[in-house]
Amino acid sequence: MTTNPLRDPRDRRIPRLAGPCVLVLFGVTGDLASKKLLPAIYDLANRGLLPPGFSLVGFARRDWADMDFAQLTHDAVKAHARTPFREAVWQQLCEGIRFVPGEFADDAAFDNLAQTVAGLDAERGTGGNYCFYLSVPPKAFPTVVQQLKRAGLSSPPVGGGHRRPWRRVVIEKPFGHDLASAEELNAMLDAVFPPSAVFRIDHYLGKETVQNLLAIRFANELFEPIWNRGYVDHVQITMAEDIGIGGRAGYYDGIGAARDVIQNHLLQLLALTAMEEPLSFAAESLRAEKEKALAAVRIPADIGTDTARGQYAAGWQGGVQVCGFLEEEGIAADSITETYAALRLTIDNRRWAGVPFYLRTGKRLPTRMTEIAVMFQRAPHLPFDATDTLELGQNALVIRVQPDEGVTLRFGSKVPGSAMEVRDVNMDFAYGESFTESSPEAYERLLLDVLIGDPPLFPRQEEVELSWKILDPIEEFWADHDKPEQYPAGTRGPASADELLARDGRAWRRL
Amino acid sequence: MLTDLTDTTTSDIRAALAKLRDQMGGPATGVVLNLIIMTDEAGQHDAVRAASQAGREHPCRILGVIAREVRASSRLDAEIRSGEGTPGQTVLLRLYGPMSEHADSVVTPLLVPDTPVVTWWHGQIPAVPSAQPLGVLAQRRVTDAAIAPAPAEALAALSAGYQPGDTDLSWTRATGWRSLLAATLDQEHGVVAGGMVSAEEHNPTADLLTAWLGVRLCVPFGRETSEGPGITQVRLDTTEGEITIDRPDGRVATLSKFGQPDRHVALNRRETADLLAEELRRLDPDEVYSEALAAVAAIPARSAPNGA
Repeated sequence: MTTNPLRDPRDRRIPRLAGPCVLVLFGVTGDLASKKLLPAIYDLANRGLLPPGFSLVGFARRDWADMDFAQLTHDAVKAHARTPFREAVWQQLCEGIRFVPGEFADDAAFDNLAQTVAGLDAERGTGGNYCFYLSVPPKAFPTVVQQLKRAGLSSPPVGGGHRRPWRRVVIEKPFGHDLASAEELNAMLDAVFPPSAVFRIDHYLGKETVQNLLAIRFANELFEPIWNRGYVDHVQITMAEDIGIGGRAGYYDGIGAARDVIQNHLLQLLALTAMEEPLSFAAESLRAEKEKALAAVRIPADIGTDTARGQYAAGWQGGVQVCGFLEEEGIAADSITETYAALRLTIDNRRWAGVPFYLRTGKRLPTRMTEIAVMFQRAPHLPFDATDTLELGQNALVIRVQPDEGVTLRFGSKVPGSAMEVRDVNMDFAYGESFTESSPEAYERLLLDVLIGDPPLFPRQEEVELSWKILDPIEEFWADHDKPEQYPAGTRGPASADELLARDGRAWRRL
Repeated sequence: MLTDLTDTTTSDIRAALAKLRDQMGGPATGVVLNLIIMTDEAGQHDAVRAASQAGREHPCRILGVIAREVRASSRLDAEIRSGEGTPGQTVLLRLYGPMSEHADSVVTPLLVPDTPVVTWWHGQIPAVPSAQPLGVLAQRRVTDAAIAPAPAEALAALSAGYQPGDTDLSWTRATGWRSLLAATLDQEHGVVAGGMVSAEEHNPTADLLTAWLGVRLCVPFGRETSEGPGITQVRLDTTEGEITIDRPDGRVATLSKFGQPDRHVALNRRETADLLAEELRRLDPDEVYSEALAAVAAIPARSAPNGA
């Protein structure tokens, strides 16, 4: 196939557009589908980024007709879409909506699915390109994947002079619960789909701010020269949530904060913060650097002192009285699952030797906030009286991932007045202020990338395995030791987490 | 909040802007560009409204320049709006008398420093935008041939006076069509041997689209007059069959391709605010536009009933 004469790299007005395809969504009745995926599909259509003929097939254990699923989609779009509702766009999207009822174990349902997508190829010209989005619990993955294979949906037909259609599968975290199960999941997927057809979604990587981290580091001369042990004192990566486990007891018990958040989101953020400059932003180069960074991560020698974990106890969170983790419905009273985890990691390479990376995540903390804070060393000499700089802290560059996306630079400044007094001030860049009022949702970007087949923002199996290699020894240690420490809901976490930094003469940024 | 300054000076306007910023907790921070709008009393409302909407995507300081009675004595009236749902600030400048010939001396002190400038002629197109005092200042000069009395002549004039950084909203209007056509040719197709663009008469977007297709595909493209609205059909004749995109109602297009089922796709005619927002997304010269514009001038004149 020759290049398209209408495409020109200089022509930046023409957006990237996927070719004709069908998106098959498993788990349409879930929260994620109605809150994120279906609205994101509409938003893409509204922005003109979906191909003509794009079709959406829902699969679920419901006795529904196409129109019922269309209604569900319509309601989800009305309630959660980012862009305004336009009847013409909806009508066009609606024409391509189908529903296939059935159980995952039901052969007939998958045969029906195969007929439905083949029908769409004939009716709407989707050309045999199918993307399977598995928004279902991980235990259902093997059944669904095997069914796709049995029904002949997992690999496109060979032959013909034309381009071979594509098949892709999208899976959500968790990618296993330890190294062994991650390898098992991968082996199962590998037997059916080639690695290039598997897209692991980590929605954090679709966020503008996370991609902006790459822009800040590699498009500027200002930051990269000091992005190393010569200037950086330590790095804090935080994901705090104010909510409890809600209705996720079944999933959460036995998994815990470290597996739920640190293994994927926080270690990915760590990799992007610590990695060397990639050759280019092509998927291969980016992943190679991330993998190198993850492979250089060393876990603490003494896991007992250099990690902390906790469980929220009953308390007041944001003016509301809430129950403790052990009193949540569906959680055993003697559960040792942690709802707060903090780690001290180091990275063994020339750039980062001796610079600790502190990672923390927790539920029922005072606020919801995710950020990467690069904390710089104090000035080696201060030509002021000691009292002048009492309130001067460390310089910091903070990437605010959510909410209130942006960047804060913290530095000392003179307090107005006749005395020389220096205190910390913040210089703020807020995304909402300088760019779009509503930047695209992470899922919009990621769905589009899947349909186009552009993988840089999706972690590869190697990265998943490296992350488990970091976490597994810690999880094993925790399993053999005491119960997690209790912390009252609405507070900043267990005391042992504060002690962890205090031992190094440091403190967490206040939440 | 509205502040009216009558018979004022640029330093007073600056002082008023600074005061507003202090009162409102700094709404001028985060401004990414200056947008100068050349307009008149009749057009200012629509122009500023479109700019304010685009300003949600690109927070900017909007400076609306309205020339008033030329024979009056020189006077400057300003109207400052801020905090009306847009992140930046809007200043409407009314220039009386000889001052209107020196709008740049009024505008320059009011620009946010070290921040790009875009000038938009909402109305009459100057002969050479880049030679205008307020065009020289700007990285990007936006005109709109579609509202000129004779669009085809306007395009020809723009082509003759083109300088990198010029752009025209009639080109922006073509983006939806161009993306759909590019996506169509991403798929299997034969060799394109020619084609036809149908649109209502005096449609500069259709002229630019025809020229662009001709340039990119290196084959002649025809231009047909239809009832509209806007562009109604683009047809590509390939060696394997016809590909057509029909849009009779200005909203939904039908893509028909040989050997394939028809497909519908939303292809709306867009609002000015939307066009302006696209225009402000990039501020470097649009080379693809310059090529299409140059080719428009080379297209033989259509046999319009009374000329154009």
